[in-house]
Amino acid sequence: MITLRNIHKSFGQLEVIRGISNEVQKGEVVCIVGPSGSGKSTVLRCINGLETYDAGEITVNGRRVDPRSRSIAAIRREVAMVFQRFHLFPHRTALENVIEGPIHVNGENPAKARERGRELLARVGLSAREDHYPSQLSGGQQQRVAIARALAMQPKAILFDEPTSALDPELVGEVLGVMRSLAEDGMTMIVVTHEIGFAREVADRVLFLDGGVIVEQGPAKDVLTKPENPRTRDFLKRVLHPM
Amino acid sequence: MQSFVSDSVIFLPILAQGLWLTVLVTIGSLVLSTALGLFWAMLDVSGVTSLRRGSRVIVTLIRGIPIMVQLFYIYFVMPDLGITFTALQAGIIGLGIAYSAYQSENFRGGIEAIDHGQLEAAHALGMGWFKTMRRVILPQAVRIVLPSYGNTVVMILKDSSQASTITVAELALQGKLIAASTLKNTEVFTLVALLYLVMSIPLMLWVKHLERRFKRK
Repeated sequence: MITLRNIHKSFGQLEVIRGISNEVQKGEVVCIVGPSGSGKSTVLRCINGLETYDAGEITVNGRRVDPRSRSIAAIRREVAMVFQRFHLFPHRTALENVIEGPIHVNGENPAKARERGRELLARVGLSAREDHYPSQLSGGQQQRVAIARALAMQPKAILFDEPTSALDPELVGEVLGVMRSLAEDGMTMIVVTHEIGFAREVADRVLFLDGGVIVEQGPAKDVLTKPENPRTRDFLKRVLHPM
Repeated sequence: MQSFVSDSVIFLPILAQGLWLTVLVTIGSLVLSTALGLFWAMLDVSGVTSLRRGSRVIVTLIRGIPIMVQLFYIYFVMPDLGITFTALQAGIIGLGIAYSAYQSENFRGGIEAIDHGQLEAAHALGMGWFKTMRRVILPQAVRIVLPSYGNTVVMILKDSSQASTITVAELALQGKLIAASTLKNTEVFTLVALLYLVMSIPLMLWVKHLERRFKRK
């Protein structure tokens, strides 16, 4: 469904992605792990055109991702994104955030969109908060609204860019819980994360990135419990036992 | 004091005509400068290099020329090019253009103060540039921009007196004419100053109120 062929990307002199190829199937949950600066987030941002890439080709359902073309809007409606820092619209309530895209991008009937928006907020456990503004919600609640906002576009896949990294530790669980239920419902997901436990449990496949290349990949259990590459082993040791 | 009151009764109706023109010039140039200023700011943040450069050049030119000279240009030079305005029209257009530069700087500052993540979130929902501006960026920028916008309104109100240089008989000029014919300088100009204050002080209080309200959030 999402195909990357030999992607390269530089920021000025610094080459952050150095030839990444991969294919994500419909319904697959892929976690991308790796040290900071390894290019994980950049790869993700290239997939829905928030970042340009210098060489190679990314396609979504056969359509080429080109941030400079008008076609990018259509791709973004199919591939939603959840950000590390939520990026909810602060001037709109939780429900308004969720129905913004359906009404103003997809042109859905407002009454129907509102009804579905309420269902989605219920699904992420925030029925009672629909009239709250983002500033009145905790980080975990904001991120769950952001997930509902992504779901409201009825995307074919969702990209998660370190969705729990900006959260207080006690709020991580509620967000991961929602993501786990999405995975169980068969949503195609690509998740950049440091939550190794989540990756091990939920991911079908794990990619380990370092220095802009995929160092190791495979079923989550293999890569995360008996990694073959010494860099993966070293990284996991540091993440799982920081002291 | 008694004579001041009785003089006021005579002068106020005449000054009211000037007051009306002051209000017209202020509102007209406020609307024009807001629209134009927003346009320059939109070009500036469009992400298209040539549009941004063009907008910067225009804004720099406008800021570099005194308002009075711009008024002269529109009222006295444009007719040579076959475009004639009444004094009132020229006053509104001149002040509107002059102030569009300041408005544009203010608007641009407000837009650029919005977290870049908002832009990305809007794009990720599939919004194009215009929809992102209209639905996401501008509604947030308004809150940031409003206090200095209020200050601009006060400045335009006071600078509307410059329209007198191209014969618009607004409040200040009307006062000058009455003073010249009655020689009651003190009475007339005190009245004129009071009339300006009656308009500007509520505006300034409103600005203070806005500043306090937005500082809290």
